[in-house]
Amino acid sequence: MSLLTISGSPHVHTQQSVKSIMYGVVIAMIPAIFVSVYFFGIDAARVMLISVLGCLFFEWVIQKYLIKGPVTINDGSALVTGILLAFNVPANLPWWILIIGALVSIGIGKMSFGGLGKNPFNPALVGRVFLLISFPVQMTSWPMPKALFAEGITDAITGPTTLGIIKEGLSAGKTIQEIMASPDFPGYLNDMMGVQGGSLGEISALALLLGALFMFTRKIITWHIPTAYIGSAVIFSGILWLIDPTQYIDPLMHLLAGGMILGVFYMATDMVSSPMTARGQIVFGVGAGLLTILIRVWGAYPEGVSFAILIMNAFTPLINSYFKPKRFGEVVKHG
Amino acid sequence: MKTFKLGGVHPEENKISANKAIEVFPLPEKVYVPVSQSLGAPSKVVVEKGAVVKTGQLLAKGESFISANVHCPVSGKVTRIDDIIDSSGYKRQAVYIDVAGDEWEESIDRSPDIIYEISADRDTIIKKINEMGVVGLGGATFPSHVKLMVPDGKKAQYLLINGVECEPYLTADHRLMLERGEEMLIGTAILKKALGVEKAFIGIERNKPDAIEHLSRLCAKFKGIEVMPLKVKYPQGGEKQLIKAVVNLEVPSGKLPIEVGCVVNNVGTAFAVYEAIQKNKPLIERVVTVTGKSVLNPANFLVRIGTPVSLLIERAGGLPEDTGKVISGGPMMGKALTSLEVPVVKGTSGILIMPGQESKRTTVLSCIRCGRCITACPMGLEPVLLAQLSESQLFEKAEKEKIMDCIECGSCHYTCPAGRPLLDYLRLGKNKTGLLIRNRGKK
Ligand code: SF4
Ligand code: SF4
Repeated sequence: MSLLTISGSPHVHTQQSVKSIMYGVVIAMIPAIFVSVYFFGIDAARVMLISVLGCLFFEWVIQKYLIKGPVTINDGSALVTGILLAFNVPANLPWWILIIGALVSIGIGKMSFGGLGKNPFNPALVGRVFLLISFPVQMTSWPMPKALFAEGITDAITGPTTLGIIKEGLSAGKTIQEIMASPDFPGYLNDMMGVQGGSLGEISALALLLGALFMFTRKIITWHIPTAYIGSAVIFSGILWLIDPTQYIDPLMHLLAGGMILGVFYMATDMVSSPMTARGQIVFGVGAGLLTILIRVWGAYPEGVSFAILIMNAFTPLINSYFKPKRFGEVVKHG
Repeated sequence: MKTFKLGGVHPEENKISANKAIEVFPLPEKVYVPVSQSLGAPSKVVVEKGAVVKTGQLLAKGESFISANVHCPVSGKVTRIDDIIDSSGYKRQAVYIDVAGDEWEESIDRSPDIIYEISADRDTIIKKINEMGVVGLGGATFPSHVKLMVPDGKKAQYLLINGVECEPYLTADHRLMLERGEEMLIGTAILKKALGVEKAFIGIERNKPDAIEHLSRLCAKFKGIEVMPLKVKYPQGGEKQLIKAVVNLEVPSGKLPIEVGCVVNNVGTAFAVYEAIQKNKPLIERVVTVTGKSVLNPANFLVRIGTPVSLLIERAGGLPEDTGKVISGGPMMGKALTSLEVPVVKGTSGILIMPGQESKRTTVLSCIRCGRCITACPMGLEPVLLAQLSESQLFEKAEKEKIMDCIECGSCHYTCPAGRPLLDYLRLGKNKTGLLIRNRGKK
């Protein structure tokens, strides 16, 4: 008989691993990947490929030659960061800007803090915001997707995002109704399906929701952050809309336009940079929802999702130490 | 369907031996009977080397309040009184007996007739349970008479019988409920009488529908005993979790179930109580599940205490080729054995043989702060934080974060996607924190 293994209990372990979670997220993003290729053609594939390869490459180089530790590029986390970064940029972004984005995401966003698990911010968002600040022109020239079921590929037509149209219109003194009535305005259905200007992965709410559903059923994400995020954004924007529907767009448009769905389900739920307890996650979601609307309505940028999530990421350690789980036997009931 | 609220996990059930009837295990040639088999102070040996002993005779006497008598499980001759490594991995004093025949103490009623009438009064019941060495058979082996002596100022309101058997693989309690249900219910009635409570609940998870149905039918004959079907969730067999699930009361941190008027006993214990009171039979045998994915003939054996584990494995088809680990107990809370020569003791609920590839732990990665361990913890603790505090020796802080509330159920470690050995850290932290608290008490 060979030697018996001795170790402390428990002696069984769940099937879920860091790897299975990360690849689960990748699978969830497949519908959105297809939609982006459908609407933006080969450009979308190019952006995603460069971003993913860039992230994997920088993770490998840094782990192997700088840290000289174990290389973990197959754990799926750099792949997720690569796809998310691509999802957050326009399809016509030059390759060298993408490479810089990948370097910032992995190098600064993740490795400088000690790698997976130690990064306080979502690495893809760190990369995205860096690019937005450093290359504002390239980062906000959005190629238009071809219309649904239209033949041919889109050429280099660029246009503003739904939120961009609204922001511009408002500052030109138009009312929301006038803006929405203009022929350029995509409308609810197009926003739902993906026919709007925007970054690669944010355009189709439907494809993103499909993936989110998959993540729920596989228990990769829980309801807390998405529900709190959407709930607070809807309530806050709803109040504004009720106060003055000519100056503020309705909650549904807030949800469908821009990066809300992508941010809510794929980036705010990043487990490393969001709180660990259910209570904390709800606080996080509510905060992110409020900030998103705040920035969209009064901020300098038309879109606020990235900033909102990054700001809440910064509060995560505080939330963790303040919002403890409910302890068993905490509320003493005498029955 | 009821269950406890906080945390919990769903490990694969793997109840391979669920439909194997209890089989009386043949008498071994030798037994080793450890003299301390329960929580509390060790008992004092009352036989000498060379003595000829009968089945059921007293071997060691519990001398303090929390300790239990140990009886002779076989008849034969005492050959040695010496240390032995038991299933916990520690050295303990044991009585070595060479088996000869099977001669029982005359006072024990060995007939198969079921005795319904409970003639003993409250004090006699408690005294007898103490005498007969009955301890909690769910694994904690707390002397049963102590639980029945309700401290002044407290009042027992409910008796809960634990038929949950939430550990994967184990089926001993399940079989007992099916095959000795009637006796078990009489034992429950006896415990009820001793506690003076009106109501007893038998908590059973609904993965054992046959046991729920069988006992529900039998319960019609007993006043104030009710079967409570529960949703499957680990660790529902934990005392505090069971109380929460069945009567929706929360035992406060650091307190015993009696604080909320509850007393919890395992179904095996209820059966042992029946035998002790109605049959005058001390606790000298128990049902042990021998199981595992590669085990040829998984079984539920009725085994005399002191029988070497190796014999049980042999009878179940021998140690499989691919064996990597042998566990005393279930896969969530059981102990890995260092040797197969250890004897079955009162707390042995099962022997689980795990294949090599399932025995190794997964590689430990850095914590990804996913919070899954927190979600899984049935005590509402933050295992990730407590492990960190233990690692950095911050035990004062760990105490404030309620490390002593940890019931060592292993749900956190089970669920961690990074494979972190959280419970290893927690056990260490609990030890050190406990020491800190006790030392403080001395000053
Ligand atoms: S072992 Fe302790 S900390 Fe871990 S889940 Fe169980 S009670 Fe919670
Ligand atoms: S489950 Fe593991 S990885 Fe997740 S927070 Fe707990 S210790 Fe960290």
